[in-house]
Amino acid sequence: MGLTPNIERLRGSKNMFETFPLWPVQASTIAGQLDLLYVFLLLLSLVTCTAIFTTITVFAIKYRRRHGREAEQIHGSIILEIAWSVIPLGIFLVIFAWGAIIYFHERTPPRDSTEIYTVAKQWMWKFQHPEGQREINELHVPVGRDVKLILTSQDVIHSFYVPAFRIKQDVLPGRYVTAWFRATKPGTYHLFCAEYCGTMHSGMLGQIVVMDPSDYQTWLATSRTFGSLAAAGQSQFEQLGCPTCHRFETQGRGPTLNGVYGNPVTLEDGRTVIADENYIRESVLNPGAKIVSGFKNIMPVFQGLVDEEQMNELVAYVKSLSVPPAGSAGNPTLIPPGTQPQHPKE
Amino acid sequence: MATAVVTTERENYINSEYGIRSWLLTTDHKRIALLYLLSITFFFFIGGFFALLIRLELLTPAGDLVQADTYNKLFTMHGQIMVFFFLIPSIPAVLGNFLVPMMIGAKDLAFPRINLLSWYLYIFGGCMMLHCIVTGGVDTGWTFYTPFSTAFTNTKVIEAGLSIFIVGFSSILTGLNFVVSIHRMRAPGLTWSRLPLFLWSIYATSIIFLLGTPVLAITLLLLIFERAFHLGIFDPTRGGDPLLFQHLFWFYSHPAVYIMILPAMGVVSEIIPCFSRKRVFGYSFVAMSSIAIAVFGFLVWAHHMFVAGISLYSALFFSILSYLVAVPSAVKVFNWTATMYKGSISFSTPMLYALGFIGLFTIGGLTGLFLAALGFDVHVTDTYFVIAHFHYIMVGGAVMGYLGGLHFWWPKISGRMYPEAWGRLAAAIVFIGFNLTFFPQFILGYMGMPRRYWQYPPEFQVLNVFSTAGSTILAVGYLLPMIYMLWSLRYGKIAGDNPWGAAGLEWKTASPPPTFNFDETPEVTWEAYNYDEIPMPEEVSLER
Repeated sequence: MGLTPNIERLRGSKNMFETFPLWPVQASTIAGQLDLLYVFLLLLSLVTCTAIFTTITVFAIKYRRRHGREAEQIHGSIILEIAWSVIPLGIFLVIFAWGAIIYFHERTPPRDSTEIYTVAKQWMWKFQHPEGQREINELHVPVGRDVKLILTSQDVIHSFYVPAFRIKQDVLPGRYVTAWFRATKPGTYHLFCAEYCGTMHSGMLGQIVVMDPSDYQTWLATSRTFGSLAAAGQSQFEQLGCPTCHRFETQGRGPTLNGVYGNPVTLEDGRTVIADENYIRESVLNPGAKIVSGFKNIMPVFQGLVDEEQMNELVAYVKSLSVPPAGSAGNPTLIPPGTQPQHPKE
Repeated sequence: MATAVVTTERENYINSEYGIRSWLLTTDHKRIALLYLLSITFFFFIGGFFALLIRLELLTPAGDLVQADTYNKLFTMHGQIMVFFFLIPSIPAVLGNFLVPMMIGAKDLAFPRINLLSWYLYIFGGCMMLHCIVTGGVDTGWTFYTPFSTAFTNTKVIEAGLSIFIVGFSSILTGLNFVVSIHRMRAPGLTWSRLPLFLWSIYATSIIFLLGTPVLAITLLLLIFERAFHLGIFDPTRGGDPLLFQHLFWFYSHPAVYIMILPAMGVVSEIIPCFSRKRVFGYSFVAMSSIAIAVFGFLVWAHHMFVAGISLYSALFFSILSYLVAVPSAVKVFNWTATMYKGSISFSTPMLYALGFIGLFTIGGLTGLFLAALGFDVHVTDTYFVIAHFHYIMVGGAVMGYLGGLHFWWPKISGRMYPEAWGRLAAAIVFIGFNLTFFPQFILGYMGMPRRYWQYPPEFQVLNVFSTAGSTILAVGYLLPMIYMLWSLRYGKIAGDNPWGAAGLEWKTASPPPTFNFDETPEVTWEAYNYDEIPMPEEVSLER
């Protein structure tokens, strides 16, 4: 079924006893935080289990049925009931807060992350780097840099899961979701699809290759590219005839797209929305859903005419038209020096 | 041993009528309970067979025993059969049907013919599921996630969905019968505060049946219509939302977890007082915790969706509510433990299962606390950690409770004792096999092995081998009771009306009970679990 090569590529030896790890590799900033919570929970469970099981065992031995000893009828104790409701609740709230803090951290991409567009489909992962490199089932990233993934699915729900980073995000069709990580350790790590997606779900494997910044520079320089993602988006924009209405120097029949991304847009029905990636996406695929105030619903529907990767290019292009968008693709001024190539060579 | 005791047996529900018609057209709740017992045992072994095939496939990293599509169908049908055709009906439809009327001192349930109808609906749904399996099966996972189930798979989603839709009505009717009977048909003197805790938990379960199952029915209908007519409810290209399906599905399917575990908690709340010879500790707290679980259980569904793309703030809300629902479960564990304090404890098979239940449920519950922690859930959701967690609850909890209950009430159901030594041996085998099967899966999950994987990276193999080895032991543990219980029907020791010296109205009538349960309507003048007034028979205490 063509799966063997994929399995062979995975790390690990032939002999199952050669590697018998009980703890996953820590390779992201989140991983350490999460393992700390895990250790806390494990100790808490150990203490709780020991307490309960010891009590039961002691009772079972001490109060086992013997001749001449009757059970003592005890009906209950309000104080105990309150104690063993309130104390666990207090502990639960600590766990809740701890888990929530990690979650917020891991769901909030830092503002100056490198944006990598990811398309999931049955049964592969496709990546588009801002500088134009494309990869399938393999993603190269440098150590120490925040990477934000903008993910969508071409068909069913998938899930982007890298155990070494302790991150997971379901990838939905018809919208963008985001995930981020900062790798801390060079190496090659599993990328799994974690949401069941059909026949070859377990073959939808990839690897994340984390490299030293210098190795990463070399990789970028030697991999083939067709120009930046935004540039590819611009040529899509022109081929699809968008500039007929969306003009830049004069007001056309559609709104001008300069500075749209990341800013509020007033709609015909009076609502105001922030023009994020999902807004841009919807405005291309199903423009009638949100009409900008002062314009007519005359734009053709592009649902089915633009595939997910072209859509990503268009989004990257529209984002590049906004002057100060945080972390937008193709805006080198926002990228911290030293970790990012200026322009990859062709 | 096997001396055929020829006595003139008094008339009971088993020997009152003969012939297949008298069983298939019965409205006696006890006979219907036996019909359910046979049918769910059948489905349990089918589901278990699929589980064994799954475990055998996972013995090696490569997908080599079955094809990928076959594997996907195996775990789908294992889940659907075990959840909808075994676990959900198990304790309510078998032990509940048998015991509820007797525990309230009634002749039968409020609607005996509706009770029979519910069994026929179950059988109709079950036959449809079997037909679906033999003609190709379904490969969506038991969760039917859209848009895979509506637009991408070419397996028999509609038939499987319809069969579950139908079997859902059997749950609704059972729940309705229990609620009405417990409200309206209690014997004189049997106030709510004197109800056995088994009835409190069955009552809480019935509330979930009544309020939750219709939502499942609607969800499945939407799924079927979407697949058949492309309505676009869950299809993003038509303006639908695949997450809407997940919300609707879990709105039922999370409470369904409590449908499985609450009755088992009820069984344990009967067994522990009996074998400790004590009133249960904190009766009203144990009773109310069942109701609290049923109510809060409806408010936590989206904790299955923390990585599905829901908003940060709704995730916070569902996380904290999940911790709240854990409190009443913890309260129960503490009260059961306290019940043993200063008791007079003997260790017959039902007690072994009840103690096993506490152990496994505690581990399942504690790992639930792990999963409700948002950041932690992100890493382990959809991995084997989740698989291990819910098997600790649903197999370690619900099935242990079911087997414990079956042994406890077997003398009442059959009039015979099961062989005690074999019973204890089987309980020990189940406990060991269970832990060996599922404990390694916690580690596998934290290592990152995703669920529903037909093949996996080689570093996960050792733990998978442990798990597969455990599953074969577990299988032996489950086969044993079936064999010796069948054996006991003919050769078991005659049980007597109350072999355990247990409290509760069901023990005040003959074993097996007469068709109308009691010769005259009992009048209750005592509190529940009045173990100070009932001696334990010598045989039980001598066996320790």
